[in-house]
Amino acid sequence: MRQFPDREEVDFAIVGAGCGGGVLAAKLAEAGFSVVAFDAGPFWRPLSDFASDEREQEKLYWLDPRISGGDDPLEFGQNNSGRAVGGSSVHFQMVALRFRPDWFAARSRLGYAVDWPVDWRTMWRYYDEVERACAISGPANYPWGPKRRYPYRAHEVNAAGQVLARGAEAMGVPWAPTPLATVSAPRGKSPPCVYRGMCKIGCSTNAKQSVLITYIPRALDAGAEIRDSAMVGRIETENGRATGVEYHRDGQWRFQRARNVVCAGYSIETPRLLLNSANGAHPHGLANSSGTVGRYLMAHLNDAVWGVMDEEIRWYKGPPSMACCEHWNYTDDKDFDGGYSFMSQGPLPTDFARTLVTNEGVFGHDLRRQMTLYNRMAGLKMVGETMPQASNRVTLAEERDDFGLPRARVAFSHCDNDRRMQRHARDFMGRMLKAAGGRDLLETGATAHLMGGCRMGDDPETSVTDSDGRTWDIPNLWICDGSLMPTAGGVNPSMTIMANAARIADRIGALAAQHEPERAHG
Amino acid sequence: MSETVHRPYPGWNVLEKWDSPSFNDATREVLRKRLQEVPARRFFTAGEWPAVEALCDTVLPQDDRADPVPLANWIDATLHEGRGNGTRRADMPAPPEAWRLGLAALDAEARARGAADFALLGADARAALLRDVDAGRLRADWQGLPARRFLRNLVMAEVVAIYYSHPAGQSEIGFGGPASPRGYVRLQPGRADPWEAPPGAWEDTP
Repeated sequence: MRQFPDREEVDFAIVGAGCGGGVLAAKLAEAGFSVVAFDAGPFWRPLSDFASDEREQEKLYWLDPRISGGDDPLEFGQNNSGRAVGGSSVHFQMVALRFRPDWFAARSRLGYAVDWPVDWRTMWRYYDEVERACAISGPANYPWGPKRRYPYRAHEVNAAGQVLARGAEAMGVPWAPTPLATVSAPRGKSPPCVYRGMCKIGCSTNAKQSVLITYIPRALDAGAEIRDSAMVGRIETENGRATGVEYHRDGQWRFQRARNVVCAGYSIETPRLLLNSANGAHPHGLANSSGTVGRYLMAHLNDAVWGVMDEEIRWYKGPPSMACCEHWNYTDDKDFDGGYSFMSQGPLPTDFARTLVTNEGVFGHDLRRQMTLYNRMAGLKMVGETMPQASNRVTLAEERDDFGLPRARVAFSHCDNDRRMQRHARDFMGRMLKAAGGRDLLETGATAHLMGGCRMGDDPETSVTDSDGRTWDIPNLWICDGSLMPTAGGVNPSMTIMANAARIADRIGALAAQHEPERAHG
Repeated sequence: MSETVHRPYPGWNVLEKWDSPSFNDATREVLRKRLQEVPARRFFTAGEWPAVEALCDTVLPQDDRADPVPLANWIDATLHEGRGNGTRRADMPAPPEAWRLGLAALDAEARARGAADFALLGADARAALLRDVDAGRLRADWQGLPARRFLRNLVMAEVVAIYYSHPAGQSEIGFGGPASPRGYVRLQPGRADPWEAPPGAWEDTP
């Protein structure tokens, strides 16, 4: 791996090497820029470093606490926050869905929330690009939205997915094998998926097409440096421009000079870093003249319905969500704005037990009895679009972490629309699971994923960056991660974050080619 | 409390695959440590320890096990190492303080019910006390600690995370256990690979 000295002014210092920063690092390096991508977490080698053990593999999650408040406090860690080169994609469950085209113009076409500053056709081209880069395995005919072609064939649907399929057919709604970022045939150094089912705790065979397996090697081949276990604490500015990043590595604080700085730390760490970089010229944090940094944070509703089946399902086999239904993303006859998808489930034992105890408070012999039904359980879980609200936000707490940096404080509360969607989904999934033969149904609540926090837009008064991810306030300070998302959509966000990152990479390249010196390096 | 748990998979033990392709070296190393290097008490005081053990035993009774999973020791290790889970509720103190407050409150609840402390209550009385706490029927001062959240999100969530990542808990429920590099072939309902638990002996169908 090429390495850059701190004193050398690199073209791009990227903070975070996940779905945003990893994709950007690869494409910028391939375009000829000098790139250092920092990640707070380690550079894992899955074949030798990953155990088949839920407790051990918690090492993939961001375990340092965020202070979580509001009426409906979010859970972080394994729900949405990775700490590794490759970011959350190292532990994501590989569900590779696209936004419904209308969502990019949610306000003008559907009458809720805000429009994206990007046309859906543009995003569609970049979905194609990142789905090829990640060799998504999906069905030949996906039932919803404009046609798409997945590069690898769909996986055989496991028993848990067949429960969803049976229920969908009984309810008269379409279903599909879930497009997944794990290969169904050999690809380069990746063997086909062996259905070990431990995707959420890290793929130890490299079948999963995470950013760690796809874009990071591309970045290295193109001469980028991935600087792991390096926590960036501050971005420095001078005369209205970013000059580099202060980061902690090997027990000391260092400073990397850079012509451009890109925040790609996702919806908590990106706002946290911008707010903590406040200085005399930017007293409320960098890029925050609108007061929007940290605001409009969104999560996905992740409510589920579980039932006992007559037959053994053994849902631990295969990727956890092998069948999906987007019916309520593409049907507008409903009593709420936005949409939700839902998928079949396959939680590992401690994950499922934790769902039971935190939702039901079940303990003692009752708990052990319920858990002995593990192999006969099936479940349906939603990914539901919450509304962007200014009051759902990230700020800095008084309390400091081990680096001496203020911890993130997060406030989150659902609005009435969120609750209507939640009721609708629980009712529909419950009827569907029952129609599929589920008994003794149990409902649980949760949230998953993060979106927003530094949204892009067309108006500097109400957004943090323009459509290129360039902050309105500081021309060589960029954002490229899920925090840019103005709306959450009713699908897992990874592919949208990656597609947007691939798009931004091309935009930065184009701006540089136009020799806009105060913009990208030209 | 001498209820027995019906075991659909008697005799199934994921550790029998130790030398098979279902275990890789990383997994073997993690499980070897977990089984052989049980950490000694370092975080809780000797005075707190009986309450911790009684609490674990109430949340996850192992009266049917000759060799119970040492839940209290692993909880102690987690707190000693300061290992978090990524989230701290704004109305909760950090886990070390929450645990100390919570244990003291459980003792106070026991005293409010006429016992000397929580650990000295019988199993049924401890379970009844936890049900009261979970339902918000509090008789003691919890000093601002949200009682139900302490019980569910700190105590119960941690206990099950230890128990069901232990081979004993995994074998009990017929989970396949470690699976790398070998995964699974038979994904259909009612089907199992030869290296999985054989079909369960269920009291009802199937």
